[in-house]
Amino acid sequence: MHELPYAQTILRVALEHAERAGATRIVALEIVVGELSTVVDDTIQYYWDIISEGTIAEGAELRFRRIPALLRCWDCGTQFRLDGEHLACPNCGSRKVAIIQGEEFNLESIEVE
Amino acid sequence: MTKLVTVEESIKERNNALAEANRRRFDESKTFVVNVMASPGAGKTTLILRTIEALKPYFRIAGIDGDLATSLDADRMAATGIPAVQVNTGGTCHLDAVMVQSALEHLDLEATDLLIIENVGNLVCPASFPLGAHINFLIASVPEGDDKPYKYPKMYRGVQAIALNKIDLLPYFDFDMDYFRQGVEVLNPGLAFFPLSAKTGEGLVEFHYWLREQVRTFLEG
Repeated sequence: MHELPYAQTILRVALEHAERAGATRIVALEIVVGELSTVVDDTIQYYWDIISEGTIAEGAELRFRRIPALLRCWDCGTQFRLDGEHLACPNCGSRKVAIIQGEEFNLESIEVE
Repeated sequence: MTKLVTVEESIKERNNALAEANRRRFDESKTFVVNVMASPGAGKTTLILRTIEALKPYFRIAGIDGDLATSLDADRMAATGIPAVQVNTGGTCHLDAVMVQSALEHLDLEATDLLIIENVGNLVCPASFPLGAHINFLIASVPEGDDKPYKYPKMYRGVQAIALNKIDLLPYFDFDMDYFRQGVEVLNPGLAFFPLSAKTGEGLVEFHYWLREQVRTFLEG
């Protein structure tokens, strides 16, 4: 639903870094997407193709790297992967859990010429 | 010959930086800001109007209303005698920090103690776009069903308080309060929770007292 503003931010950040590096073309972008970040790759790609047109990032490849959600139990400290909708700690059953990974949406690096 | 440039920037934080700029402005002018979110028809406007009436004697209140179209809701706010600005988002399904920034041009923040922002009715997108508010507030309602925390976890995780509106309808719906509360508790332990009916007035006193204390503490701080 909000992939357009996200795609615009990716483009802005990428262009800033490319300019700083003295690049003339952006070939590829590596984007990290957490399992819980609610970002849809295909939709980002769709907007990207439109908004990158005419910039030095036109035609650049978007490489998405998905990372899983990781939770930690507040009561016993167990770390565990998200299992469907089941949020309780698999060790002690506590429902007090914190999300320690999985909400990321980062531009990790760009490949430039 | 290509080379790799390390960026390591959070895309969401870039957007969040705009919200932080709004927050600094609110803090400077000593304006407490509440971002009200809910699905369409949960009773946002009714609860907001009753809250304005209840807190008007204590604070200078202003409102911003976000809707896809019409100025109906801002007009309703203005009818209570407070300054109100309508933001029409066109097709956009949420308010964002920039839209709020533009709306602020029409308000005198220095003369505002409490700013109530009524977001677009939607449980998905507003959760991803912080506005710089001090409290993100969700209004759920009985007819929506007791499974909404499970279906919209991001919204329920990102708020600092929640009202469950239309409790006068509990006898007519299969709404399991324990199941609902459990879903909220898992996602957002210890969250301030106000079961109420904006229509009958049940539970409003507790909510208004709580909000009044939040604003008062902020203004004195």
